Amino acid sequence: MSEPVTTTSATEEIKPPVSNVGVLGWIKENLFDGWFNTTLTLLTLFVLYKVLPPFVQWAFIDAIWSLTEGARPGGDGAVWAVIPENVRFILFGFFPEGQTWRPIAAILILFALVFYSKDLTNWNRFFGPIWTVGILVMGVLMYGGIFGLPVVETSKWSGFPLTLTLSLFGMVGAYPLGVLLALGRRSRMPAIKSLCVVYIELIRGVPLISLLFMSSVMFPLFLPEGMTIDKILRAQIAIILFTAAYIAEVVRGGLQAIPKGQYEAAESLGLPYGLTMRLIILPQALKIVIPPTVGILISAFKDTSLVVIIALYDLLKTTQVTLSNPKWMGFSTEAYIFLAILYFICCYVMSSFSRKLEKALHTGR
Amino acid sequence: MSAPTPQGSPAEELPQAVPFWRDPAKRALAFQLVVLIIVGAVGYVLFSNTQANLERQNIASGFEFLEKEASFEIGESLIDYSAADRYSRALLVGLLNTLKVSLIGIVLTLALGTIVGIARLSHNWLVSKFSAWFIEVMQNIPVLLQLFFWYAIFYETFPAPRQALNPMPGVYLCNRGLLFGVPESHPIHTWMLLAFIVACFSWWGFNRWAHGFQDRTGKALPVIRMGLTLCILLPAVTWLIGGAPTAMDLPVLKGFNFKGGQALTPEFCALLFGLVLYTSAFVAEIVRAGIQAINRGQVEAAMSIGLKPGQVLRLVILPQALRVIIPPVTSQMMNLTKNSSLAVAIGYPDFVAVTNTTINQTGQAIEGVALIMVVYLFLSLSTSAFMNWYNKRMALVER
Repeated sequence: MSEPVTTTSATEEIKPPVSNVGVLGWIKENLFDGWFNTTLTLLTLFVLYKVLPPFVQWAFIDAIWSLTEGARPGGDGAVWAVIPENVRFILFGFFPEGQTWRPIAAILILFALVFYSKDLTNWNRFFGPIWTVGILVMGVLMYGGIFGLPVVETSKWSGFPLTLTLSLFGMVGAYPLGVLLALGRRSRMPAIKSLCVVYIELIRGVPLISLLFMSSVMFPLFLPEGMTIDKILRAQIAIILFTAAYIAEVVRGGLQAIPKGQYEAAESLGLPYGLTMRLIILPQALKIVIPPTVGILISAFKDTSLVVIIALYDLLKTTQVTLSNPKWMGFSTEAYIFLAILYFICCYVMSSFSRKLEKALHTGR
Repeated sequence: MSAPTPQGSPAEELPQAVPFWRDPAKRALAFQLVVLIIVGAVGYVLFSNTQANLERQNIASGFEFLEKEASFEIGESLIDYSAADRYSRALLVGLLNTLKVSLIGIVLTLALGTIVGIARLSHNWLVSKFSAWFIEVMQNIPVLLQLFFWYAIFYETFPAPRQALNPMPGVYLCNRGLLFGVPESHPIHTWMLLAFIVACFSWWGFNRWAHGFQDRTGKALPVIRMGLTLCILLPAVTWLIGGAPTAMDLPVLKGFNFKGGQALTPEFCALLFGLVLYTSAFVAEIVRAGIQAINRGQVEAAMSIGLKPGQVLRLVILPQALRVIIPPVTSQMMNLTKNSSLAVAIGYPDFVAVTNTTINQTGQAIEGVALIMVVYLFLSLSTSAFMNWYNKRMALVER
């Protein structure tokens, strides 16, 4: 690229006024163009001025980060000491002390798997087996029983591992069920179709909490005498049944987006229904709905916090147990902010992943 | 198990060409029969197990327990209720509490969500970033955690009534909840309400007449300005005629607690706060997407035929944006109603909480859970029926 020499002599280059470029220009254009925007900016700044300094004062300047022996902390600031003192119990609950490395290792494996899945080029034929192996290893780490690891009953699983288990298996169990329900809802067989419609609409019409109540008070009545199911498993079943209905609706959207010509082409090739779905329709439909499916995974992850209501020791419940200790009573705000940050990071990673996927998949079609 | 074609299969025209087990129609029939039998069998096993279990535990099934005395107190109620009332009345109290928090929540959520959604699109960098962070933070924290957080703020951080915060004259914040003054009851209030209703009706009538007038003469009348003026002026005039009563019923500190005024309990405030903030983040995203879905050319075309900015918004942008916005917002409103069942976790006596207490007292688990499901199904289905009707009215009428 050469300099455009010819024009400089004809017209003098006029620079824009100082107030339109650089930092000043940016401020003028983005914050103070017109009386309305100026008012908005000033109002926002005023609110920030009213809220931020007291918050910083409370959260950082007056805060107590660690505890001197014995004394119950007091004062005006945040008592963050509640976190480091109880972090083991909040995160891992009743998992035997000294074995804490096992859930940590399992969670690290899960994070590694999620990180691995972020790259779409990894979604090949090794993808399924790698996840299966990963889940098996995590299961062995958590439950133990072989390789000299002491057995840890599922009733001892609590805190973060329980939250992750419930949402991970909720998704893994709900996905096939949801796809089947979506296919059933699109079926031309009246009996199948109405069964699926009734199921989906029934589940989507009621709150998850009613299903969890059902799992805790009604499931025991359904079983023959003498047979009991673990409490966590019952909640897990309720979460699966609940999530499946939402997945079914998302998958149905994907199925509807497939042009009719695809069905007709498959039929004209002589493919029976099962093969049409497996080879032609589902691969396309499921690809379209990956982003909303991640959305459902996020809400399933958030919704697992509801098990606190039926007294399972998930992350929220272990925090509450900590806060019911007289020594730590009254520091709920600090503990809940810690939990909120933890949940926020997990959900934010997933939702940014979903946005990235959406972009990557959009160009594919 | 291939699916049959809707109008009979070719097998009927070609006798003996296809054996019956290859006939799609008959195979579909057989498949459906098998599924129905399996579902029926599972249902029967569950039912008989339940019967046996109930008999062993001496629990009588049925809804007779609704007629028994509830003998538990409920913290807040819209209708008269005491522990001596029947379970059915207690459940009604719970249902009304659910409706109360949902309706107020829906109105506030729509307002806040719309404001944040529009603010997200603002040219003002500060406002836009502020709402972006609000949306991101609210969406990514479980609503139950938010409820616990707000509830903790109320009962731990806010002071006792004696040191109550007083952000505005007549408004007090303390660990007993939010208290505020209301005008003392006066017979003129009924008449003001009547005047307001009359004003609304005349607005509606004037609007119809103005449309006809515009069709005949081409002149547009300032309907909205007229209507708003009417709605404010008519009740105000009524108030003046009634002697302009200004007496207020203010909350006053007496002993250890406030007397008078209106009080919102901490449970109600925490629930409302959490639900509104959480749901409005989702509504804001929907509103933003709806507005962005409108082609820029539409706005430019509207401006080029000389519409004023307000008219562009009212006549061109909103009718199109609402079409995109309404269906997902409906499902968010239903989500809010369903999420209000989390009240049970912070002790607000909504329908689920009251039913839960009932289940624990009577052991009627199946009936209780069934009641919860029926009530929420009814709420969801009626909301979606209403919204479908509205959606049909707003839908694109193509030539």
